[in-house]
Amino acid sequence: MIPAIDPTPSPARRAVGDREEAVLQMSDHDRRPGAVWALPAFLFFAAFAVLPMVLVLVLSFTSWNGLGDPQPAGMENWQRLAKDDELVASLWRTLLVMVASWALQTPIALGIGVWAAGKQRNRAVLSALFFVPLLLSTPAIALMWRTFLDASFGLPNALRGVLGDNTNLLGNPDLAIWIAVFVMSWQWIPFHTLLYQGAARGVPVVLYEASVIDGAGRWRQFWSITLPQLRYTIVTSTILMLVGSVTTFDAILVLTEGGPGTATRILPLHMYFMGFTGYEMGYASAVAVLIVVLGTAMSLAAVRLSGFRAMQSQSEGL
Amino acid sequence: MIGSGVTYRNRRRRALAVVAMAATAGLLLTACDSGGDDGDGGASTSGGTGDFKVWALQDAAMQPAWKGAVDRFNSSSTTGKGTLEVFANDPYKQKLRVALGSPQAPDVFFNWGGGNLKEYVDAGKVRDLTAMLEAKPDVKSAFIPSVLDGAKINGKYYGIPMRGMQPVFLYYNKKVLDKAGVTPPTTWDELLAAVDSLKAAKVTPIALAGSQAWTELMWAEYLLDRVGGPEVFAKIVAGDKSGWKDPAVVTAMEMIQTLVDKGAFGKDYASVGYDVGGASTILNQDRAGFHLMGSWEYVNQLGQNEKFVKDGNLGWIAFPSVANGKGDPSNVVGNPTNYYAVSATSKAGQTAEDFVASQMKDPEYIKALIEAGDVPAVTGVTEQLKATDNADHAMFVYDLALNSKHFALSWDQDLPAADAQKMLTALQKVFLKEMTPQEFADTLAQ
Repeated sequence: MIPAIDPTPSPARRAVGDREEAVLQMSDHDRRPGAVWALPAFLFFAAFAVLPMVLVLVLSFTSWNGLGDPQPAGMENWQRLAKDDELVASLWRTLLVMVASWALQTPIALGIGVWAAGKQRNRAVLSALFFVPLLLSTPAIALMWRTFLDASFGLPNALRGVLGDNTNLLGNPDLAIWIAVFVMSWQWIPFHTLLYQGAARGVPVVLYEASVIDGAGRWRQFWSITLPQLRYTIVTSTILMLVGSVTTFDAILVLTEGGPGTATRILPLHMYFMGFTGYEMGYASAVAVLIVVLGTAMSLAAVRLSGFRAMQSQSEGL
Repeated sequence: MIGSGVTYRNRRRRALAVVAMAATAGLLLTACDSGGDDGDGGASTSGGTGDFKVWALQDAAMQPAWKGAVDRFNSSSTTGKGTLEVFANDPYKQKLRVALGSPQAPDVFFNWGGGNLKEYVDAGKVRDLTAMLEAKPDVKSAFIPSVLDGAKINGKYYGIPMRGMQPVFLYYNKKVLDKAGVTPPTTWDELLAAVDSLKAAKVTPIALAGSQAWTELMWAEYLLDRVGGPEVFAKIVAGDKSGWKDPAVVTAMEMIQTLVDKGAFGKDYASVGYDVGGASTILNQDRAGFHLMGSWEYVNQLGQNEKFVKDGNLGWIAFPSVANGKGDPSNVVGNPTNYYAVSATSKAGQTAEDFVASQMKDPEYIKALIEAGDVPAVTGVTEQLKATDNADHAMFVYDLALNSKHFALSWDQDLPAADAQKMLTALQKVFLKEMTPQEFADTLAQ
């Protein structure tokens, strides 16, 4: 997975290389912190990420209802993955949520973020307002929207005159998943806006000054300076969104409980219902492993395809 | 090149961090199983004495009664004292399951009897109370036999009734029915006619909290019982999945879809909940005619809209009979009651057993239950029930349960968890018409 490294350093890199040669001349002790320094982080990661992951992998080869000892089940759970229609359906729903969330959140977050990085009047006040959803907990947000969109007592009922009989927003199997995407986007756009705002602030002013001399308008500045400069932020934000969509759980659980029927049952919910309502821990673990593999593959693909790994700064020396 | 080396390592660390992110949310969920100490299989009947923990549900109305039972026992006990710990409903089921598989198991635990309790019995986690009941006939005879049998598994008793009976029946809004010229239906055909009249009167005929499958399940349970009798589900719960292929299952599901097609549940039912401002509110705001619900609905309505109940607008009637059906019209479904069971691994098993044996039939406890609005599963409380504020409702519940030929436990509590989960999902799809009655039967028979 790791590509070969270009042995010839770029001119920009050479400066860094020289500095490190200077470092080489120091004693071994000074040059680099010992491995012990990484131990706390390593132990934390091992205990809370690696160990559970290994246990889940082991569990996925067993049959266990939560009582007594897990019984070895061979490949049974894995074979069942292929035969589970609901799993395939939930996989597609997960992809839909992922793509739709990204397509909805990215332009809005980018737009507000770049705007909020400017120096307009009232910018600080409005930005503070935009960030409010970020301060609320996910279940609170989901509960709020669930109540707000309630067909009998919420907004749709008040708008019965306009909507006619189509008041059943969260109970409509075709609509519910889009509402879930909307609610999650409402929650997360402020976070991504914050990323873009920070990054946009970091774009060197000289680039804009130079472009003004060249006669560029604001639109041209956005496309030719701001957007390319935000490349890495876009990748970061995209990865967070992709992985977030694969693992998102609480918002949909509270909002629709995966319903109506199974219309919003995405992969993590499917895992939850199998594991904690049906108590088929073995099978649920197999689904969990699938989620890990999927999430990892997706973010690695995003990193590779975007050229994120090159990590070249274009503002060096400024 | 050292420079490249650093980048390489950074990159790998980044990949690991991504793995970590992907993993955390998903894994913490499945991985929070506490380590497996295992029961030794057979349920022991020994067990020592000492202090014990009692686990029950969070229920504001019931708390004084439950707490009172523990306090009364503590004041006279010489062998050990109990402590009551309560938990919210859904988390309780998960917590109990994890705890019973661990050394932190409670000594006495609240449960629903039936298949739900059977899983724990099969895993050797529950103490056999048969010997105690035989040694103390006054305890055994205190409870209504059909209710005590709800915790009888493989011919042995594993639970003592600890609260009221909760049959399901049809509640209605008198004002709405009067306005539409509808009388409470006693047969299925009358119910269908009532649905048409209520629709014509521009109200939702039947309130249904369809975002929660267990409310839809009540319709399925009653219709299958009325059409095919209790034997059909008894066969299924005994482990024979081909029981779902019984023609009565398909007929019952067709009847459900008839109601759906008629618009009996309105258009919004799939997003209506029971917990928050849901189906009960729709009923007491005169926006629906009927509501099929457990007897706890009465207390719930009192809490939500006392005036509605006190003005006599809340009515109730047994579930309608079905012409040519095999099931006896006196049959009821619901929760016969809840039970206290004693953990087989409890170190204070004997004290815990003494607690459930002496306190659950105690007149003081029964009185406290009745005061809280419950209808206890004990014999000879008619006079006490008649003296309460809610005598009409309490007597109806008591007679309904007492006179029933068969009192079926809710399917979702009686089936093994995995099957129950599958059944509830399929049932929701039947109500949404995403699944035909035949597909329902075929899916569950697999």
